[in-house]
Amino acid sequence: MTNTSNTLTTKTQSLSLSNRLLAGALALFMGLTLIGGVGFAANMAVHNGAHDARHASGFPCH
Amino acid sequence: MFRNLFFAAVLAGLAAGLVMSAIQQWRVIPLILEAETYEGEGHSHGKEAAVADHAHEEGTPAHTHDENAWAPADGFERIFYTVLSNVLIAIGFALVIGAVSVLAEIPLTLANGILWGLAGFAAFQFAPAYGLAPELPGMPAADLVARQAWWWSTVIATGLGIAILAKFRSLWAIIACVALIAAPHVIGAPQPPAGDHSDVPAHLASAYAAAALGTGAIFWFILGPLQGWLLDRFSKGGAA
Repeated sequence: MTNTSNTLTTKTQSLSLSNRLLAGALALFMGLTLIGGVGFAANMAVHNGAHDARHASGFPCH
Repeated sequence: MFRNLFFAAVLAGLAAGLVMSAIQQWRVIPLILEAETYEGEGHSHGKEAAVADHAHEEGTPAHTHDENAWAPADGFERIFYTVLSNVLIAIGFALVIGAVSVLAEIPLTLANGILWGLAGFAAFQFAPAYGLAPELPGMPAADLVARQAWWWSTVIATGLGIAILAKFRSLWAIIACVALIAAPHVIGAPQPPAGDHSDVPAHLASAYAAAALGTGAIFWFILGPLQGWLLDRFSKGGAA
Protein backbone atom coordinates (compact mmCIF):
# COMPACT_ATOMS: atom_id res chain seq x y z
CA MET A 1 0.00 0.00 0.00
CA THR A 2 2.76 2.41 1.04
CA ASN A 3 4.83 1.41 -1.98
CA THR A 4 1.94 1.90 -4.32
CA SER A 5 1.12 5.33 -2.98
CA ASN A 6 4.80 6.33 -3.11
CA THR A 7 5.06 5.33 -6.75
CA LEU A 8 1.81 7.14 -7.40
CA THR A 9 3.02 10.31 -5.70
CA THR A 10 6.23 10.37 -7.72
CA LYS A 11 4.32 9.78 -10.91
CA THR A 12 1.80 12.47 -10.06
CA GLN A 13 4.51 14.96 -9.21
CA SER A 14 6.40 14.46 -12.45
CA LEU A 15 3.24 15.04 -14.43
CA SER A 16 1.77 17.43 -11.96
CA LEU A 17 2.25 20.98 -13.22
CA SER A 18 1.18 20.80 -16.84
CA ASN A 19 -1.40 18.15 -16.05
CA ARG A 20 -2.85 20.22 -13.24
CA LEU A 21 -2.95 23.46 -15.22
CA LEU A 22 -4.53 21.75 -18.20
CA ALA A 23 -7.19 19.94 -16.14
CA GLY A 24 -7.95 23.06 -14.11
CA ALA A 25 -8.15 25.37 -17.12
CA LEU A 26 -10.36 22.95 -19.02
CA ALA A 27 -12.74 22.49 -16.07
CA LEU A 28 -12.84 26.24 -15.45
CA PHE A 29 -13.64 26.91 -19.09
CA MET A 30 -16.39 24.27 -19.17
CA GLY A 31 -17.90 25.50 -15.91
CA LEU A 32 -17.99 29.13 -16.96
CA THR A 33 -19.41 28.14 -20.36
CA LEU A 34 -22.23 26.24 -18.65
CA ILE A 35 -23.04 29.08 -16.24
CA GLY A 36 -22.79 31.71 -18.98
CA GLY A 37 -24.60 29.65 -21.60
CA VAL A 38 -27.55 28.76 -19.40
CA GLY A 39 -27.69 31.67 -16.98
CA PHE A 40 -26.64 34.61 -19.12
CA ALA A 41 -27.60 33.77 -22.73
CA ALA A 42 -29.17 36.62 -24.69
CA ASN A 43 -30.95 34.21 -27.02
CA MET A 44 -34.65 34.50 -26.18
CA ALA A 45 -35.48 30.81 -26.54
CA VAL A 46 -32.65 29.86 -24.15
CA HIS A 47 -33.67 32.73 -21.88
CA ASN A 48 -37.28 31.55 -21.76
CA GLY A 49 -36.34 27.94 -21.03
CA ALA A 50 -33.93 28.92 -18.24
CA HIS A 51 -36.03 31.85 -17.03
CA ASP A 52 -37.12 30.55 -13.64
CA ALA A 53 -33.71 29.02 -12.92
CA ARG A 54 -32.02 32.35 -13.67
CA HIS A 55 -34.33 34.25 -11.35
CA ALA A 56 -34.03 31.63 -8.61
CA SER A 57 -30.21 31.69 -8.76
CA GLY A 58 -30.23 35.46 -8.38
CA PHE A 59 -28.76 36.07 -11.85
CA PRO A 60 -29.70 39.42 -13.41
CA CYS A 61 -32.36 38.23 -15.87
CA HIS A 62 -34.12 41.06 -17.66
CA MET B 1 -6.79 14.07 -13.20
CA PHE B 2 -9.32 15.77 -15.44
CA ARG B 3 -11.48 12.65 -15.47
CA ASN B 4 -11.79 12.64 -11.65
CA LEU B 5 -12.46 16.37 -11.59
CA PHE B 6 -15.04 16.12 -14.35
CA PHE B 7 -17.02 13.14 -13.06
CA ALA B 8 -17.04 14.37 -9.46
CA ALA B 9 -18.39 17.73 -10.67
CA VAL B 10 -21.02 16.19 -12.93
CA LEU B 11 -22.30 13.74 -10.29
CA ALA B 12 -22.24 16.25 -7.43
CA GLY B 13 -23.82 18.97 -9.61
CA LEU B 14 -26.52 16.59 -10.80
CA ALA B 15 -27.45 15.40 -7.29
CA ALA B 16 -27.24 18.78 -5.57
CA GLY B 17 -29.04 20.43 -8.51
CA LEU B 18 -31.93 17.96 -8.29
CA VAL B 19 -32.32 18.39 -4.52
CA MET B 20 -32.17 22.17 -4.96
CA SER B 21 -34.77 21.99 -7.73
CA ALA B 22 -37.22 20.24 -5.41
CA ILE B 23 -36.77 22.85 -2.67
CA GLN B 24 -36.95 25.60 -5.29
CA GLN B 25 -40.27 24.32 -6.68
CA TRP B 26 -41.63 24.34 -3.14
CA ARG B 27 -40.33 27.69 -1.86
CA VAL B 28 -39.13 29.88 -4.74
CA ILE B 29 -41.07 29.17 -7.95
CA PRO B 30 -44.56 29.85 -6.49
CA LEU B 31 -43.39 33.40 -5.72
CA ILE B 32 -42.19 33.87 -9.33
CA LEU B 33 -45.53 32.65 -10.65
CA GLU B 34 -47.41 34.94 -8.29
CA ALA B 35 -45.26 37.92 -9.27
CA GLU B 36 -45.96 37.28 -12.95
CA THR B 37 -49.65 37.88 -12.33
CA TYR B 38 -48.69 41.50 -11.61
CA GLU B 39 -46.92 41.83 -14.94
CA GLY B 40 -48.96 43.35 -17.74
CA GLU B 41 -48.81 40.43 -20.16
CA GLY B 42 -49.07 37.69 -17.57
CA HIS B 43 -45.83 36.03 -18.67
CA SER B 44 -42.15 36.56 -18.25
CA HIS B 45 -41.91 39.43 -20.67
CA GLY B 46 -44.61 41.81 -19.70
CA LYS B 47 -44.52 45.41 -20.83
CA GLU B 48 -43.17 46.67 -17.52
CA ALA B 49 -40.14 44.40 -17.65
CA ALA B 50 -39.39 45.45 -21.21
CA VAL B 51 -39.74 49.11 -20.32
CA ALA B 52 -37.51 48.70 -17.26
CA ASP B 53 -34.88 46.97 -19.37
CA HIS B 54 -34.75 49.49 -22.08
CA ALA B 55 -35.38 52.72 -20.28
CA HIS B 56 -32.07 53.95 -21.65
CA GLU B 57 -33.16 53.36 -25.19
CA GLU B 58 -36.38 55.26 -25.29
CA GLY B 59 -37.54 56.05 -28.75
CA THR B 60 -36.02 53.01 -30.37
CA PRO B 61 -38.35 50.14 -31.17
CA ALA B 62 -38.29 47.14 -28.83
CA HIS B 63 -35.78 45.11 -30.74
CA THR B 64 -34.25 42.63 -28.32
CA HIS B 65 -37.46 41.14 -27.00
CA ASP B 66 -38.75 38.76 -29.59
CA GLU B 67 -42.18 37.92 -28.24
CA ASN B 68 -42.46 35.11 -30.78
CA ALA B 69 -39.42 33.24 -29.45
CA TRP B 70 -40.01 29.73 -28.14
CA ALA B 71 -41.02 29.48 -24.50
CA PRO B 72 -41.89 26.36 -22.53
CA ALA B 73 -45.58 25.79 -21.87
CA ASP B 74 -46.62 26.37 -18.26
CA GLY B 75 -46.76 23.25 -16.12
CA PHE B 76 -44.65 20.18 -16.74
CA GLU B 77 -42.66 21.59 -19.67
CA ARG B 78 -41.71 24.75 -17.81
CA ILE B 79 -40.69 22.77 -14.70
CA PHE B 80 -38.67 20.37 -16.86
CA TYR B 81 -36.63 23.17 -18.43
CA THR B 82 -36.15 24.87 -15.06
CA VAL B 83 -34.79 21.65 -13.54
CA LEU B 84 -32.58 21.05 -16.59
CA SER B 85 -31.21 24.59 -16.34
CA ASN B 86 -30.65 24.22 -12.59
CA VAL B 87 -28.67 21.01 -13.11
CA LEU B 88 -26.53 22.52 -15.89
CA ILE B 89 -25.79 25.62 -13.81
CA ALA B 90 -25.05 23.38 -10.80
CA ILE B 91 -22.56 21.31 -12.82
CA GLY B 92 -21.04 24.60 -13.99
CA PHE B 93 -20.60 25.75 -10.37
CA ALA B 94 -19.12 22.36 -9.43
CA LEU B 95 -16.64 22.48 -12.33
CA VAL B 96 -15.55 25.97 -11.29
CA ILE B 97 -14.87 25.06 -7.64
CA GLY B 98 -13.19 21.84 -8.76
CA ALA B 99 -11.01 23.86 -11.13
CA VAL B 100 -10.10 26.39 -8.43
CA SER B 101 -9.15 23.52 -6.12
CA VAL B 102 -6.82 22.02 -8.73
CA LEU B 103 -5.34 25.32 -9.93
CA ALA B 104 -4.76 26.76 -6.44
CA GLU B 105 -3.72 23.39 -5.01
CA ILE B 106 -6.25 23.61 -2.20
CA PRO B 107 -7.76 20.13 -1.80
CA LEU B 108 -11.53 19.69 -1.94
CA THR B 109 -12.43 16.79 0.37
CA LEU B 110 -15.35 15.51 2.41
CA ALA B 111 -13.73 17.04 5.51
CA ASN B 112 -13.46 20.59 4.13
CA GLY B 113 -16.33 20.38 1.62
CA ILE B 114 -18.60 22.51 3.77
CA LEU B 115 -16.04 25.33 3.64
CA TRP B 116 -15.93 25.06 -0.16
CA GLY B 117 -19.73 25.19 -0.14
CA LEU B 118 -19.63 28.26 2.07
CA ALA B 119 -17.06 29.91 -0.23
CA GLY B 120 -19.10 29.06 -3.34
CA PHE B 121 -22.26 30.43 -1.76
CA ALA B 122 -20.48 33.61 -0.70
CA ALA B 123 -18.92 34.18 -4.12
CA PHE B 124 -21.74 33.12 -6.45
CA GLN B 125 -24.82 34.05 -4.49
CA PHE B 126 -24.44 36.05 -1.33
CA ALA B 127 -21.94 38.69 -2.50
CA PRO B 128 -23.81 39.52 -5.73
CA ALA B 129 -27.13 39.51 -3.82
CA TYR B 130 -25.69 42.01 -1.34
CA GLY B 131 -25.72 44.53 -4.20
CA LEU B 132 -28.39 43.11 -6.49
CA ALA B 133 -31.03 41.31 -4.44
CA PRO B 134 -32.55 38.30 -6.24
CA GLU B 135 -35.20 39.89 -8.41
CA LEU B 136 -38.72 38.81 -9.22
CA PRO B 137 -40.02 39.22 -12.78
CA GLY B 138 -41.50 42.67 -13.26
CA MET B 139 -39.38 44.48 -10.70
CA PRO B 140 -37.63 47.72 -11.64
CA ALA B 141 -33.96 47.25 -12.45
CA ALA B 142 -31.04 49.00 -14.07
CA ASP B 143 -29.66 48.13 -17.50
CA LEU B 144 -29.26 44.35 -17.87
CA VAL B 145 -25.74 44.33 -19.31
CA ALA B 146 -24.48 46.67 -16.59
CA ARG B 147 -25.97 44.42 -13.91
CA GLN B 148 -24.54 41.29 -15.50
CA ALA B 149 -21.09 42.92 -15.67
CA TRP B 150 -21.34 43.92 -12.01
CA TRP B 151 -22.50 40.39 -11.12
CA TRP B 152 -19.52 38.72 -12.82
CA SER B 153 -17.03 41.23 -11.41
CA THR B 154 -18.38 40.67 -7.91
CA VAL B 155 -18.26 36.89 -8.25
CA ILE B 156 -14.67 36.97 -9.52
CA ALA B 157 -13.45 39.50 -6.92
CA THR B 158 -15.11 37.64 -4.03
CA GLY B 159 -13.92 34.22 -5.21
CA LEU B 160 -10.39 35.48 -5.74
CA GLY B 161 -10.37 37.11 -2.30
CA ILE B 162 -11.49 33.91 -0.58
CA ALA B 163 -9.01 31.79 -2.57
CA ILE B 164 -6.11 34.12 -1.67
CA LEU B 165 -7.02 33.95 2.02
CA ALA B 166 -7.43 30.15 1.93
CA LYS B 167 -4.12 29.71 0.15
CA PHE B 168 -1.82 32.16 1.95
CA ARG B 169 -3.34 32.73 5.43
CA SER B 170 -1.24 35.76 6.31
CA LEU B 171 -1.84 39.39 7.17
CA TRP B 172 -1.46 40.62 3.60
CA ALA B 173 -3.83 37.86 2.44
CA ILE B 174 -6.46 39.05 4.93
CA ILE B 175 -6.07 42.62 3.69
CA ALA B 176 -6.24 41.54 0.02
CA CYS B 177 -9.27 39.37 0.76
CA VAL B 178 -11.20 42.14 2.51
CA ALA B 179 -10.29 44.67 -0.20
CA LEU B 180 -11.36 42.34 -3.02
CA ILE B 181 -14.64 41.44 -1.32
CA ALA B 182 -15.46 45.05 -0.43
CA ALA B 183 -14.46 46.69 -3.74
CA PRO B 184 -17.58 45.85 -5.82
CA HIS B 185 -19.82 47.15 -3.03
CA VAL B 186 -17.82 50.34 -2.59
CA ILE B 187 -18.12 50.90 -6.35
CA GLY B 188 -21.78 50.00 -6.06
CA ALA B 189 -24.20 47.87 -8.09
CA PRO B 190 -26.19 49.47 -10.92
CA GLN B 191 -29.45 50.74 -9.42
CA PRO B 192 -32.83 51.23 -11.08
CA PRO B 193 -33.73 54.82 -12.01
CA ALA B 194 -34.92 56.76 -8.95
CA GLY B 195 -38.67 56.65 -8.51
CA ASP B 196 -39.15 53.44 -10.49
CA HIS B 197 -41.63 51.12 -8.87
CA SER B 198 -43.57 48.01 -9.79
CA ASP B 199 -46.92 46.49 -8.95
CA VAL B 200 -45.24 43.48 -7.33
CA PRO B 201 -46.13 43.63 -3.60
CA ALA B 202 -43.23 44.30 -1.22
CA HIS B 203 -43.92 41.22 0.91
CA LEU B 204 -43.60 39.02 -2.19
CA ALA B 205 -40.28 40.59 -3.13
CA SER B 206 -38.76 40.27 0.35
CA ALA B 207 -40.01 36.68 0.77
CA TYR B 208 -38.50 35.91 -2.63
CA ALA B 209 -35.06 37.33 -1.86
CA ALA B 210 -34.87 35.31 1.37
CA ALA B 211 -36.19 32.11 -0.25
CA ALA B 212 -33.80 32.35 -3.20
CA LEU B 213 -30.78 32.91 -0.94
CA GLY B 214 -31.81 30.22 1.55
CA THR B 215 -32.32 27.68 -1.22
CA GLY B 216 -28.97 28.66 -2.71
CA ALA B 217 -27.27 28.11 0.66
CA ILE B 218 -28.78 24.62 0.99
CA PHE B 219 -27.58 23.80 -2.52
CA TRP B 220 -24.00 24.85 -1.81
CA PHE B 221 -23.89 23.05 1.55
CA ILE B 222 -24.85 19.84 -0.27
CA LEU B 223 -22.60 20.41 -3.29
CA GLY B 224 -19.33 21.06 -1.40
CA PRO B 225 -19.23 17.99 0.87
CA LEU B 226 -20.68 15.72 -1.83
CA GLN B 227 -18.11 16.78 -4.40
CA GLY B 228 -15.35 16.41 -1.78
CA TRP B 229 -16.56 12.91 -0.90
CA LEU B 230 -16.60 11.89 -4.58
CA LEU B 231 -13.11 13.32 -5.13
CA ASP B 232 -11.88 11.41 -2.02
CA ARG B 233 -13.33 8.20 -3.41
CA PHE B 234 -12.01 8.71 -6.94
CA SER B 235 -8.50 9.53 -5.77
CA LYS B 236 -8.42 6.36 -3.64
CA GLY B 237 -9.27 4.41 -6.75
CA GLY B 238 -6.08 5.66 -8.43
CA ALA B 239 -5.34 9.01 -10.05
CA ALA B 240 -6.60 9.15 -13.60
